Amino acid sequence: MFKNLVTGAAFALALVPAAVFAAGGEGHVEDFAFSFEGPFGTYDQNQLQRGLQIYTEVCAACHGLKQVPIRTLSDEGGPGLPADQVRAYAADNFEVFDAEDDDFRPAEPTDHFPENNGVGAPDLSLMAKSRAGFHGPYGLGLNQLFKGIGGAEYIASLLIGYTGETKDEAGTTFYENTAFPGGWISMAPPLSDEQVEFIDGHANDLHHLAEDVSAFLMWTAEPKMMARKQAGFVGVLFLAVLSVLLYLTNKRLWAPHKGKKTS
Amino acid sequence: MSGIPHDHYEPKTGAEKWLHSRLPIVGLLYDTIMIPTPKNLNWWWIWGIVLAFCLALQIVTGIVLVMHYTPHVDLAFASVEHIMRNVNGGFMIRYLHANGASLFFVAVYIHIFRGLFYGSYKAPREITWIVGMLIYLMMMGTAFMGYVLPWGQMSFWGATVITGLFGAIPLIGEPIQTWLLGGPAVDNATLNRFFSLHYLLPFVIAGLVIVHIWAFHTTGNNNPTGVEVRRGSKEEAKKDTLPFWPYFVIKDFLGLAVVLLVFWAIVGFMPNYLGHPDNYIEANPLQTPAHIVPEWYFLPFYAILRAFTSEVWVVQIASFVTGGIVDAKFFGVLAMFGAIAVMALAPWLDTSRVRSGKYRPQFKWWFLLLVIDFFALMWLGAMPAEEPYASFSLIASAYWFGYFLVILPLLGVIEKPDAIPATIEEDFDSHYGKKSEATPAE
Repeated sequence: MFKNLVTGAAFALALVPAAVFAAGGEGHVEDFAFSFEGPFGTYDQNQLQRGLQIYTEVCAACHGLKQVPIRTLSDEGGPGLPADQVRAYAADNFEVFDAEDDDFRPAEPTDHFPENNGVGAPDLSLMAKSRAGFHGPYGLGLNQLFKGIGGAEYIASLLIGYTGETKDEAGTTFYENTAFPGGWISMAPPLSDEQVEFIDGHANDLHHLAEDVSAFLMWTAEPKMMARKQAGFVGVLFLAVLSVLLYLTNKRLWAPHKGKKTS
Repeated sequence: MSGIPHDHYEPKTGAEKWLHSRLPIVGLLYDTIMIPTPKNLNWWWIWGIVLAFCLALQIVTGIVLVMHYTPHVDLAFASVEHIMRNVNGGFMIRYLHANGASLFFVAVYIHIFRGLFYGSYKAPREITWIVGMLIYLMMMGTAFMGYVLPWGQMSFWGATVITGLFGAIPLIGEPIQTWLLGGPAVDNATLNRFFSLHYLLPFVIAGLVIVHIWAFHTTGNNNPTGVEVRRGSKEEAKKDTLPFWPYFVIKDFLGLAVVLLVFWAIVGFMPNYLGHPDNYIEANPLQTPAHIVPEWYFLPFYAILRAFTSEVWVVQIASFVTGGIVDAKFFGVLAMFGAIAVMALAPWLDTSRVRSGKYRPQFKWWFLLLVIDFFALMWLGAMPAEEPYASFSLIASAYWFGYFLVILPLLGVIEKPDAIPATIEEDFDSHYGKKSEATPAE
């Protein structure tokens, strides 16, 4: 009885290779073992806080996070900063333009992280979802089920992917990068060993810094990931039980009309 | 053709009689839900319920999304992020809606191919088939316009490419394209009208679904044997059928629950699996993405669209005969719509007197090849327009047309069908044994 259902499900899955083929990106993206991979993966709150610090001290100079409300730093399933710390963080680090006062004022938690168009650097709010990212080793794009969407891997690979080679073209300096599609990026290497000091003395070599800030940017792109996975798990469990009950109901319902199965 | 004879609703109490003589709505619902259904329907027959569920899911989640979405080029992208971040449960509603479109198309393709294999399109069910094709066309339009609404890079450039197809129509193409877009290029006017139509069309689809159900409730369901239910008397019909409620409702719900299990896992654990990363970049008319790829459910027909380049001899002949009016671009557009048109014409192209593919030894293989061809086209639609994919696309497109225009008409003449069971009851009993014989008194 389930054979046909399984065939149907296989058919449904086979229908969906588009995502795989759609992925472009010639750069080399390394696999990182992030805590938020897989159906049960969760964000590491300490890592998100370190990532926030790296973003604030380094990336924020050029990159904005305009889609992200600052207050969400205290949300569950995120960096989880206490509300008073968020207020202090906003006021200490960012200024926003207030149309009512026609002047700049210190940012409040209800504001978004500011947009930053200074040097034409892309906004990072959704960066971890807007690049093809890591997509091995499982076929048919099923990688996403086990290893996450792969964008955080892309960001981390890019941050550690500088070879040290540069070239000048039309007055702009390009830096060779193994992860960037095309191989040459106009962003100078932003991170280096020990560039950011953590209050708890956590490792701060380039590899760790790249990983931490990438995890933070995965959170800015998908802040409700943990709630979503929980809803997914509850739903799957519920539907599994429902399926079993319906299977038994169906079997019993049809029994009077079916004899012994002969073929 | 009159319906299958069965028991009708009889109002019993005074109140029921009062209502029934004024508005026989209870009778209508009763007859619809108790319709005699061939008892040998297999699991390929569950997708109608899945489709009905999808339509309801899309309408319900869509109505909620509209409450928070802003159809304006400067605000649309941010309003979607607002839904994802600030609206309670908004991320689930949006992911359900986005992936719901994919489930809708998975279901409709299986449903269509089921019809193609078991000959559900054949007389007397042509109207059901044609209405189904109209629903499918409307679904494609609705899905396309819905994909534009988040105003990401793929939204914008997909809209630009697809509306550009209308520009390929000779002479009147460009005015039509401008009229569709509400201006010379994809802009705020386009977003607003797509939003309006994206909200409207699902209700048109719902209306067509009622006609679709009405039509096959008139003719009765097809079934895996393709043998009609006996209609001589109520007793005879009862040997071939069981009422839709509860037998098929419960069975279909079981199928639906298992399908939703997979669907829910995708929404919960990898909701961006079927999406394109570029659509998380806000639309930018000044920057064209490296590859503009449609959603997976359009890929087979997108492959057919691109297959007919100016090097193909059919295109060259068409161009020569029409004095250049039909160029490669226009030919591709005609081929794409033609690919759906030939499918819609299947009832008249299939000459076989045998309805179900189960009893057609040669047809089976050609049909299997058509299914493979469909997947091949889907794969090719996502590949860059270069060799060897271009040649493969041409071969695969040719088979699609060949199946409907050559193989279906010819097979009916040359194929020798297998023996067909005399009745549905006979087929059912050959699978499950006669109840009276199989279970002696215990």
